[in-house]
Amino acid sequence: MSQYINPIDLATILPAIVLVVWACVLLLVDLFIPRERKGLTAVLAAFGLALSLGLTLAQSGGTSSGFKGMVTLDGFSAFLNALLLVSGLFGVALAYGYVRRMGLERGEYYILLLFSVVGMMLMVQASDLIVVFIALELLSIPLYVLAALNARQIESEEAGLKYFLLGSFSTGFLVYGIALIFGATGSTSYSGIVTAASAGTSGLLLTIGAALLLVGFGFKVAAVPFHMWTPDVYQGAPTSVTAFMSSGAKIAGFAALLRVFALAFPTLTADLTPILAALAALTMIVGNLVAVSQTNIKRLLAYSSIAHAGYILMAFVPYGNPQVMPVSVAAGLFYLVAYAVSNFGAWGVVIALEKQGGKGLELGDYAGLFWKNRPLALAMTVFMLSLIGFPPTIGMVGKFYLFRAVIDGGFVWLAIVGVVTSLISAYYYLRVVVNMFMREGEPQTGSEFWLNFTWGLTALATVVVSFVPQPLFAWASSAVLRLF
Amino acid sequence: MEFLSQPLTLLTFFPLLGVLALAFIPSERKNLLRWTALVTTLVTFGLSLWVLSMFNASDPTLQLGKAYDWITVAGWNIQYHLGVDGLSILLVLLTGFLTPISILSTWTAVEERVKDFMMFFLLLEVGMMGVFLAQDLFLFYIFWEFTLVPMYFLIGIWGGPRRIYAAVKFFLYTMAGSILMLLAILFVAIQAGTFSVPGLIAKLPELYASGAIDPQTQIWLFLAFTAAFAIKVPMWPLHSWLPDAHVEAPTAGSVILAGVLLKMGTYGFLRFNIPLFPQAAVQMAPWIALFATIGIIYGAAVSYAQSDVKKLVAYSSVSHLGFVMLGMFALNEQGIVGAILQMINHGLSTGALFLLIGMIYEQTHTRTISVYGGLWKITPIFGTIMLIASLSSMGLPGLNGFVGEFTILLGAFGSQAIGSPWYAGISAAGVIMAAVYILYMFQKMFLGPTGSIVEEVKHHGHALRDLNWREILTVLPLLIFIFWIGLYPKPFFDLMAPTVKALVSALPLP
Repeated sequence: MSQYINPIDLATILPAIVLVVWACVLLLVDLFIPRERKGLTAVLAAFGLALSLGLTLAQSGGTSSGFKGMVTLDGFSAFLNALLLVSGLFGVALAYGYVRRMGLERGEYYILLLFSVVGMMLMVQASDLIVVFIALELLSIPLYVLAALNARQIESEEAGLKYFLLGSFSTGFLVYGIALIFGATGSTSYSGIVTAASAGTSGLLLTIGAALLLVGFGFKVAAVPFHMWTPDVYQGAPTSVTAFMSSGAKIAGFAALLRVFALAFPTLTADLTPILAALAALTMIVGNLVAVSQTNIKRLLAYSSIAHAGYILMAFVPYGNPQVMPVSVAAGLFYLVAYAVSNFGAWGVVIALEKQGGKGLELGDYAGLFWKNRPLALAMTVFMLSLIGFPPTIGMVGKFYLFRAVIDGGFVWLAIVGVVTSLISAYYYLRVVVNMFMREGEPQTGSEFWLNFTWGLTALATVVVSFVPQPLFAWASSAVLRLF
Repeated sequence: MEFLSQPLTLLTFFPLLGVLALAFIPSERKNLLRWTALVTTLVTFGLSLWVLSMFNASDPTLQLGKAYDWITVAGWNIQYHLGVDGLSILLVLLTGFLTPISILSTWTAVEERVKDFMMFFLLLEVGMMGVFLAQDLFLFYIFWEFTLVPMYFLIGIWGGPRRIYAAVKFFLYTMAGSILMLLAILFVAIQAGTFSVPGLIAKLPELYASGAIDPQTQIWLFLAFTAAFAIKVPMWPLHSWLPDAHVEAPTAGSVILAGVLLKMGTYGFLRFNIPLFPQAAVQMAPWIALFATIGIIYGAAVSYAQSDVKKLVAYSSVSHLGFVMLGMFALNEQGIVGAILQMINHGLSTGALFLLIGMIYEQTHTRTISVYGGLWKITPIFGTIMLIASLSSMGLPGLNGFVGEFTILLGAFGSQAIGSPWYAGISAAGVIMAAVYILYMFQKMFLGPTGSIVEEVKHHGHALRDLNWREILTVLPLLIFIFWIGLYPKPFFDLMAPTVKALVSALPLP
């Protein structure tokens, strides 16, 4: 093995490299773009994301390992990187008109977003805990800044600071976990850990390390009881940032979680599965119950996003069962897509109704929306139904898949918790629908091309994929994890 | 794309064309919107008659449908499969029949947001047809849940003063049952490796015999399906959403709710619970019979206590559907054919009652029984038709209700599965109680001294009028069937008998 970086290493993470280079170039180019024309930066950023997406898709189907096994390219990473890049594109599209309307238009916005996407992509590909740590920082730090972008508003400043403090705190857990694992096994690579663990040299130290990792990821994906920051940050951050963060960070967090657990800790199933199950159940219950009493749409969607972390986590509970594992991974991936699509759409509708100074965000502001703007209200109804898991939407198909994985794995009780909390969630999602259709009001909606495009496209996808889920099912189930 | 030209596919999705057409008609052209919806539903009814003409009544198996692979990767085995047999053919016809009648009843009752009303109504028809035709559990579940959405909007937007409460309650109650069924569906389908209903009926006996699904699990599965269907029926004590939904729903919504949506619950028992979980069905039959009997008596007693006439009819549904459940879980041929016929009967007579109440409500804007009185003198045609509908509902010999209830009681008396004639005996009292509350309502509203509402309406400048030609035309088709089934039910029994025979013969009766 060569001591130097060889082309295979670079090819393994080529889409991420292209994106990071593009982001650096854009930093310089942006200096020459006049203040009133920052839309150009957005277009260039979108171009970079599209380029990277093209490369990712071109690479899908291939498998390789780079940097001495520190990063992996496999079906799993190709699937999720594509999803992350699409999320990035949606993030740019939602921000395009919004930041101008809110007076936040800066070139850095899009560049930070690109860096964050790179971090997420590396997190998906990481097969060494050190890379996980670096990727996590790369994805988080731009998000801290983005959350505080609207610093003139005290809420946004609070959001940034809170996210930063708690985020750093959680990273601390993660690093401590890595250290313990290194202490127990003498390795930070997944293959090294699993070799040491199956040789029997591990013990309590490894289990504690794994649990600490879980805490760190739990923060990122907003699982209860590590969710405290979520509502405040989601509410205070500019809405376009929230939309991106609630999908992207979650996808990356789950990807890393799944890869670490499935590849590095298969021997710890007996200890970790009950913890995962409890965490999933708790997240679903608390997220949904607290959401019921929310009247601010951003907070409502924040709790909804916590609840959905629980649903996705549920798919990973039977990770230690080799027969169920493929179903589990496929269900989790499919649900991540379902969640990302519906979630982006819902946030798009929120952006369409939001006014300067945080107005237009109460549920009451949605009263009568259907009678003022039918397409927008119908789209929102589709998203709400999808998040409940109601036909004919992708969310329903996703829940079907999810519950199948859980029942396959023998966790019927967890599935029951899942459906009962879905029922609770129907209550608060329906409140949005009730307001839009059944109460009178004079809502005012914004209309911008890329915003309309985003919610229109996601609404269409939400419905259409529910009728023809076969291709996505096939792709998700072929996106297997590979251990080198 | 060949599946698009299947007769049952056309029947199910034809109303979507109407939705599309409505979308292009401007909102202020209300009559054009109404006519478009009416013509769409009439054509759909025509399609259902076409399906009937191709239906072979002597064949007990599923007909007119073919299974197409839908999702077949990663261990999923889901098919697009519509089919019709003796259990569903009458319900399909009933759906096709009642929908245009409901649309006709909205002609002057719905003036606001006509376009959206009609769109939701047509979507509802798609869902209902799909429920009765789907032969794959995944497909069925989609249609089953989907019917909730348009009905939720119909109640929530065009309903009465407490419409939002009623709509949300309706949605959550029904969903609560469905989600348990969802888990059971997944469990069964994973075990058997298929979602297809005929496939499951063929495969499950092996799993039961080999012990892969033990008897206790079978009972749990049966109960999970029961949760979904019993709430929809609704069986006592899960009925509390029904009076709210009925009272708040617009007339057309009530007609469809009582006429078709409740039948989705009873149909579900027939299509899924009994053939998929036969041992559990036999084992649980006495319990279902017990709850059905309580429902019959309870519904009748509560009906009598109502002061709102729509609520009275709503509770009478609890009682009538109790009969359907009793007949069905007699698990013999008589009981089940009686139950199916009674589903149709209830759709006709309760549908007629809701339509008539809606017609008088349009003029008086009140449903309080005590303000009415002596209406027969003022509105003789209305009174006569109301009397026929009432008598049909209470089961007068010669009208449809009698045939159904009589057959059901006959079946329940001799039922091996229920094991005791007492349930039938006590339920027979329900027939008498029905006479009490129905006649009480009729007497208060139509006989005796003229009620205060007549003066009040006059006070507002227009006297109470009798039914006009459109209103008569709306209820007339129902009356025809009320007499037809009452006097000559054989053609209706003939349609279902072979399938029911096959269903019963597969049961492990003691």
